[in-house]
Amino acid sequence: MEFSLGWIDYIIMVIYFIFVLGIGWALKRYMKSASAFLEAGRSLPSWVTGLAFISTNLGALEVMGMTGSGLKYGMLTTHFYWVGAIPAMVFLALFMMPFYYGSKARSVPEYLKLRYDEKTRGLNAILFAVMTILASGISMYALAILMETVLGWNFHLSLILSAAIVLGYTYLGGLSSAIYNEVLQFFIIVIGLIPIVFLSLHDFGGWSGLKETLSPIVEAKGYAPDTWLTTWKYTGKASSNPMGVEWYGIFAGLGFVLSFGYWCTNFLIVQRAMAAETKLAARNTPLIGAIPKMLVPFLIIVPGIAALALLNTPDKNFILPLNSQGQPIYDYTIIMLLKHYLPAGVLGLGITALLASFMSGMAGNVSAFNTVWTYDIYQSYIRPATDNKVADDRHYLQVGKIATVVGVLVSIGAAYIASLFGNIMDFLQTIFSMINAPLFAVIFLGMFWKRSTGHAAFSGLLGGFLIALLHHGLTIPAGAETIFKGGWLGVVHTYPVEMAQNFWTAIFACTTSTLITVLLSLATKQIKSETEMTGLVYQFTPKDRLEGIPWFRHPFALAAIVIVMALILTVFFW
Amino acid sequence: MIDIKLPIGLMFTILGVIIAGYGLVTINNSEMYQKSFGINVNIWSGAGMLLFGVIMLLLSRKGKKEARSQSYKRHG
Repeated sequence: MEFSLGWIDYIIMVIYFIFVLGIGWALKRYMKSASAFLEAGRSLPSWVTGLAFISTNLGALEVMGMTGSGLKYGMLTTHFYWVGAIPAMVFLALFMMPFYYGSKARSVPEYLKLRYDEKTRGLNAILFAVMTILASGISMYALAILMETVLGWNFHLSLILSAAIVLGYTYLGGLSSAIYNEVLQFFIIVIGLIPIVFLSLHDFGGWSGLKETLSPIVEAKGYAPDTWLTTWKYTGKASSNPMGVEWYGIFAGLGFVLSFGYWCTNFLIVQRAMAAETKLAARNTPLIGAIPKMLVPFLIIVPGIAALALLNTPDKNFILPLNSQGQPIYDYTIIMLLKHYLPAGVLGLGITALLASFMSGMAGNVSAFNTVWTYDIYQSYIRPATDNKVADDRHYLQVGKIATVVGVLVSIGAAYIASLFGNIMDFLQTIFSMINAPLFAVIFLGMFWKRSTGHAAFSGLLGGFLIALLHHGLTIPAGAETIFKGGWLGVVHTYPVEMAQNFWTAIFACTTSTLITVLLSLATKQIKSETEMTGLVYQFTPKDRLEGIPWFRHPFALAAIVIVMALILTVFFW
Repeated sequence: MIDIKLPIGLMFTILGVIIAGYGLVTINNSEMYQKSFGINVNIWSGAGMLLFGVIMLLLSRKGKKEARSQSYKRHG
């Protein structure tokens, strides 16, 4: 299964590493305050933050997972983009960013503190810090195991080395360095993967040739011949598409609850926009990111679809590695495609692109973690508990730097835990979605309903999370073998596929959280005054003046372009 | 702050030259390019990167000049 790289491939990789660390080194002299280190001094142009915005999401797990999903579900996977990301990104830009940026909060938990109260912030900050570090550890593990299986690299060496490089540039240049590198990584991921898109399509005679090759393969699976190349066409019935979900399930679960929960509240993502130079640039960040975001499927999903045709054409000699149960590991599709099509040279570039995707994901986690740790946990709870309550900015810069080192070390620990219990990975990802969905309800109500109160928000967050946990404990996807997939309290309902279970977990969490927050808000007294809520709540915030802004910088004009593009893609690939 | 276009431009120019150069050196190695249906992907990809890198470098030079003339206006 292993294949080896040539000297030219290693040269390309090393040049990339030199530039990544060099950017950190060049930014080192600007890191004189905690704000410069943790918030990039709020000074970056919107095209930089916009590309970083999607690049940090384009981590190794995303690239590997989405190519695998392309093989398993075909173009239906684009629902994670065109309906599952774009509407939420537009909503964040137009309606939520003015309050995130305008509130002067330095993080999402801090927004909760300003809008609600200390306990709501505390709950969110701690959950976020823990889950960000675990997520970072999981993606490190995924990358190291991939490199070990496919390239024969030493697991420990690739884990430590890649962590050391990420630590190097985030420690030197803070958030600015993470963001600058995410832009560099974005370009290398795109340029590194383009050759396999072209070659895989060329192999089957383009899109129509691919359709022809796939027809008998897909029919043999019991679906209509063109299913793999459609998005909505076969979503009338759950049984007629491989995802096993109906159109309304996709629309509500993916298009609303999961995507709004992720894109509009995850500090990892929102932090990129908050680093922009002006409020206008912050609002445009998700919109500028949305344009490449909706094209990413062609880069990672289309080659995955071609891989299905490759797998079923014996004379192509394409195979996927098998796991211990003898099942093909779909997540390895991308690297096997690189190996299959690319000669030395561009092969090194493709592997570098995978490493870059891993680093952009991990640096995102680390730079969000150190901010929440420094401002929302250390400055809020730990420092006030000591004798010397106030500290100067230099001190917080130091704390931020130490948090960066500790964050990376704990991630490495989490990677080793993940290597001991493989199943824990899936379970943790389920937990993350349980935390995000209620958070969206609470932040949304906070921004648009002046009546919502701190006690209600805290209960809404906790209640939504507990209901999600309960739902997961009482339901199970068909054919699940471990308790990590659900049903650990007894099985009340069985879902046809895991994705349906995830959607419904999020829907339950979001609804419960909304109900609790609304009802308790009505039952409790609003203690925040109008002045305290200025800039935080829609009713008390003066509208941004957008007159005289050229159309290409106007958020509503950009949003219209983004929506029209997404609609065209949806209709074209219906 | 440094202009990100500069390192991006530099890196892709260097990588473009190396990869396209490697493609030229291996131009007669038909066995190596069997995987890619005889297409010399290194030359194409390398040339594309070189072009992208040079455009980025030019943009960063342009940005630098503009920033300088602006600061002259402000201070001069």
